[in-house]
Amino acid sequence: MDEAITLSVRDLSTSFFSEKGEVKAVDHVSFDVPHGSIVGLVGESGCGKSMTARSIMKLLKYPGKIVGGEILLEGRDLAPLGEGDMSLIRGEEIAMIFQEPMTSLNPVVPVGKQVQEAILQHRKISREEAKKKVLHMLEIVGISEPEKRYRCYPHELSGGLRQRVMIAMAMICRPKLLIADEPTTALDVTVEAQILELLRELRDTIGTSIILISHNLGVIAQLCDYVYVMYAGQVVEQAPVLELFDNPSHPYTRGLMDSVRSLRRGDEKLSTIPGAVPNLLRLPQGCRFAPRCPMAGEDCRRCPPELSRVGEGHLARCPYARR
Amino acid sequence: MLLNIGKRILQALVVLIGVALLIFIMLRIVPGNAIITMMGEHANPEAIERMTAELGLDKPFYVQFYTYITGALRGDFGTSYSLHVSVSSLIAQAFPNTVCLALSAAVVAWLIGIVCGIIAAIKENSLLDRLFMGFSLFGVSMPVFMVAMVLQYFFAYKLGWFDISGVSDWRGFVLPAIALGWNSAGSIARLTRSTLVEVLQEDYIDTARAKGRRRMGVILFHALRNSMLPVITMMAVQLSSLLSGAVICETIFSINGIGRLAVDAISGRDIPLLQGTILLSTALVILGNLVADCLYSVLDPRVRKGD
Repeated sequence: MDEAITLSVRDLSTSFFSEKGEVKAVDHVSFDVPHGSIVGLVGESGCGKSMTARSIMKLLKYPGKIVGGEILLEGRDLAPLGEGDMSLIRGEEIAMIFQEPMTSLNPVVPVGKQVQEAILQHRKISREEAKKKVLHMLEIVGISEPEKRYRCYPHELSGGLRQRVMIAMAMICRPKLLIADEPTTALDVTVEAQILELLRELRDTIGTSIILISHNLGVIAQLCDYVYVMYAGQVVEQAPVLELFDNPSHPYTRGLMDSVRSLRRGDEKLSTIPGAVPNLLRLPQGCRFAPRCPMAGEDCRRCPPELSRVGEGHLARCPYARR
Repeated sequence: MLLNIGKRILQALVVLIGVALLIFIMLRIVPGNAIITMMGEHANPEAIERMTAELGLDKPFYVQFYTYITGALRGDFGTSYSLHVSVSSLIAQAFPNTVCLALSAAVVAWLIGIVCGIIAAIKENSLLDRLFMGFSLFGVSMPVFMVAMVLQYFFAYKLGWFDISGVSDWRGFVLPAIALGWNSAGSIARLTRSTLVEVLQEDYIDTARAKGRRRMGVILFHALRNSMLPVITMMAVQLSSLLSGAVICETIFSINGIGRLAVDAISGRDIPLLQGTILLSTALVILGNLVADCLYSVLDPRVRKGD
């Protein structure tokens, strides 16, 4: 086992068993999070990136279930663990922040107490000591007047402040891994930049590895070291961030980048990817992107492509990937 | 907060006077004459006239109302026509029985209702959930008199564990409390379940679990407090209506409570007594709502902020 890898996900598959059949939300996804790095998962809504995150935390909602694969946290497989064992890991070794800071905090409990709860859950320390640590953590995440904010209720804080509280809550036990699920999607742009900067700082000072989930390529480009592009429950391309942006190889990734570039250039007609994400209940037989792909040939529609090497640390799930 | 409560109490007083006026008017426009009912149909017309004057019923309406209200504000609700004692002393006699009945019914209802509601919500869609919800449907839809008579038949008549009627000691309250609480238990269970199921879907429940909180901790610390807000409102309203007298239950079990008093007042056309009991009920309902509001603002900081 590589010492420098914090989290290694191998062939993770998560399905939802609905009345209409099995929905493969995550299908044989593998990725590594090296120690102290920020790894991005990017893709459209419904591509399985949030479900991947929830699978790692084992916070899937009924009727979701992990059906295969390994989740290796520093070599220890989390997939077979039960609720009791997971509750020792959640918050202590892996923490998570969510998309909606508005609804992710309990409205009837002061925010300081909610952060304190996270540390009291895992450390045998007195309440006063815990409070001191909370105040310190609130300061670290850039909340001014922590003593005063400690007693505030969520509705008394702005969206950005609430997300800072969420980050403080996640980081207070100094976890090995932080999963940030669209942490800035609900915030405005200036606050977004501050929060991203804060995540980077925390990675540098505390050394926590981060999985950053976003549909926003700009956010990914700013922060990540390594990127996995997901489509319909699969990883379709993976590469170091610079390599991916310099040399996008999968037609889906190129489509995403084109639409961003065309937006930047201010084209009259926005470049988009035609069609829509396939229904996960009725996936195409061959390549899942084939129905929307400008390059798809007959063999693409027949047999599903494997991830193949395009460059140094760069894989793509397409036989026509541009080298 | 205090200012707000003061304002609410003043408002309540205005509502009370309004209700008193309405009762006053209604009791005077319903057909029939209280004096004739009291003295018998064949009473001497002179005697009737004398009686009417004695009770002040010959004075103009607004004078009567003024006299009544000023008396009521001092705690004097007049004298019962049929029993010839002051209404306040009759109420003071009956009220403790009603309070005992109401509190024991409420305890039965809330304990059963909340516990069943929580279990049903946690085990959503399980057999237990269906069983509890089926039972609660029974509770909500079965009329009090039916439950009361079934209980009387089995536990008092067949098994002989309790007296069929009357309250000589605490055991006399057991069956009436169950009969009366049964119905409230059903609605409390259903409300607790539905709000808890809803709250368990909230994002902050995920946050709590992501912190490493175990299931019970999540439910007790995070979910319950949020889901109990509407339940507490319902409990306060229920308690105030229970306190204002359970007419049917008190009659079936022969408990001398406010409900019985009101029934007697109606059949005897005892206007002062009826006014007194209705006014008491109104005051209790208003008080119940006031308490619910105050509790709500203690439990939910977002409401406090609105003050």
